Amino acid sequence: MRNILFIAFLIFVFSLHAKQIEVCATCTIKSLKKAVEIAKSGDEIVVKKGFYKESNIVITKPVTIRGENNPIIDGGGLNYIFQIKSDSVTISGLKLQNVQANYTKDLAAIYISKSKYFTINNNTLSNIFFGILIEKSQYGEIKNNAISSITKQEYNSGNGIHLWNCNHMMIHGNKVSEMRDGIYLEFTSKSKIYNNISTKNIRYGLHFMFSDENEYYNNIFANNGAGVAVMFSKFIKIYRNKFVKNWGSASYGLLLKEINDAQLFDNVFDENTIGINTEGCSRINYKYNIFIRNGWAVKVSGACYANKFRNNNFISNAFNLSFNGRINDSDFDGNFWDDYAGYDLDKDGVGDVPYRPVKLFSYIVNKSPETIVLLRSLFVDMINFSEKVAPVFTPDNLLDNNPLMNQVK
Amino acid sequence: MFKIIKYSFYDLMRSRWSYIYFAFYLLLGFVMLFLNNNVSKAVITLMNVIVVLTPLIGTIFGVMFYYNSKEFTELLLAQPLKRTTIFIGQYIGLATSLSLSLVLGLGIPFLVYGVIESTVIWNFASLLLVGVFLTFIFVSLAFNIALSNDNKIKGFGIAILMWLLLAVIYDGVFLISLMLFNDYPLDKFSLIACMFNPIDLSRILILLKLDISALLGYTGAVFQQFFGTSLGMIVSFLVLTLWIILPVWRIASKAKKKDF
Repeated sequence: MRNILFIAFLIFVFSLHAKQIEVCATCTIKSLKKAVEIAKSGDEIVVKKGFYKESNIVITKPVTIRGENNPIIDGGGLNYIFQIKSDSVTISGLKLQNVQANYTKDLAAIYISKSKYFTINNNTLSNIFFGILIEKSQYGEIKNNAISSITKQEYNSGNGIHLWNCNHMMIHGNKVSEMRDGIYLEFTSKSKIYNNISTKNIRYGLHFMFSDENEYYNNIFANNGAGVAVMFSKFIKIYRNKFVKNWGSASYGLLLKEINDAQLFDNVFDENTIGINTEGCSRINYKYNIFIRNGWAVKVSGACYANKFRNNNFISNAFNLSFNGRINDSDFDGNFWDDYAGYDLDKDGVGDVPYRPVKLFSYIVNKSPETIVLLRSLFVDMINFSEKVAPVFTPDNLLDNNPLMNQVK
Repeated sequence: MFKIIKYSFYDLMRSRWSYIYFAFYLLLGFVMLFLNNNVSKAVITLMNVIVVLTPLIGTIFGVMFYYNSKEFTELLLAQPLKRTTIFIGQYIGLATSLSLSLVLGLGIPFLVYGVIESTVIWNFASLLLVGVFLTFIFVSLAFNIALSNDNKIKGFGIAILMWLLLAVIYDGVFLISLMLFNDYPLDKFSLIACMFNPIDLSRILILLKLDISALLGYTGAVFQQFFGTSLGMIVSFLVLTLWIILPVWRIASKAKKKDF
């Protein structure tokens, strides 16, 4: 009984406190900035449909800002739109636009610093410098936002979702396009990034460094200038993502640099110049990935140890694997290679002859890149064949001993 | 001239070899599409075949046709006809009939499998175009060899050697020189080296169509500038045309002076 009374009291107290403040052209409060000033902790500010020219709204108390029928907040130039410096802030349903590029300050539509338990959802950000810039924060959620700009050059453009020194963040359902980097994480750990679509960014669709123990799944990264680049991180999981059409002379589906103890599975790499480029990465498990129509499916550059490739599909790639040097410490087993020419006498679905993924020609192209003009020529097919029969230049222990006869489903 | 083109064309159309050639491509097209079940993948596989086989068949047919119709040619020479008309007419007749076999033989199966609706229609069209170019080039080269050698065995030998040289050995020497002079900037050299071999040039033209251009761009700016733009396409086709014009011109001048 006492408990119920206590809860009733609590509800009473909250209903007293959590006011709703309405902002619109005909309301008593016409400016969002004013509304934020007079609001008390826990209040909800409802912004009605309309056009508001406001910038540098600093939020220092836990409030909820909710837009009704997509009100437009126009930053109008060289300033932040929102600066959030308090815990438990929610911003939703707003259309934020016009933040100019600046060379000394990282101006953003929404800037969050040292905050916890915030939610940024269902906002549309357009024509901005940085989209959502978050520093030293925890337990935030960024979901279902649409972020885009019209960036042309790398030096005067910002990132869509930029996290620095955060942890336990959830980033999902966002659409980011035409920014510098779609999603950027630095020193951000224990976070989940899923269901996002990052396209047409001039640099990377996703870029992270020094960000450990994160999970990336169900994302789509397509048509980005340089694909996805991830560096210097440990214990990450990347699965069920699609890396599509990152074509270009310096473009990668996924660039892995100094990544250790990672799991990569169920990803699709379709039509990238280089599907995966890995450098200095150890103990990575590649499983059930599909590499299709890439220039190079996997390019291993050096200092990569104890990596395992299991049950991956390699289909219609110009080169399946390229290896730098003769030392190999990677382990290929049970993959499907579409150019495997062996046989399966006992009909168990596993080829009886080992497959050599590195062709002599891919070794030659590594040494002198101009030789690529001879791709698919008859002579190249002949030297590939002779190397296959008697390997001289390619690592002779680089074998798939159990190549599959049919695609891994 | 048109009469001679017509006669040699009809003569070939009636001959067994054109039908075999036609049937071969028809079968190849169907089998490839049946195995791949995917028009765009079949186009890539077909490229290897076209780039190697059309030159070979053009060469052999060219030499064979010349030696076989030698008596007929001598009969024609007795008539009040210009020599260039006779030889160029025969050449065009043969090259056209071979091209027709190629285009029909591959065109029919791809049409049946619906290449028109697919996105690779232009890739396929350029593949056929390159095939036709290669046929014309290699028939003219074969005529040259046959005109210069009255000995059949020697003529055949040289023709096969020429094919081997352009299809295989050239690439081998090219590759080795690229690797030997690795320390020097080689992109211009390799561009020029490609131009001197019609097989290489056609292969690259098709590869560009198949979106390998990004791979080429990977190697350096020169490649990307050249192959990435339509300039590269135009220059390449001009060079291929030159590869037809020069041998044909030599056929004409050689035929004028030759003592039969």
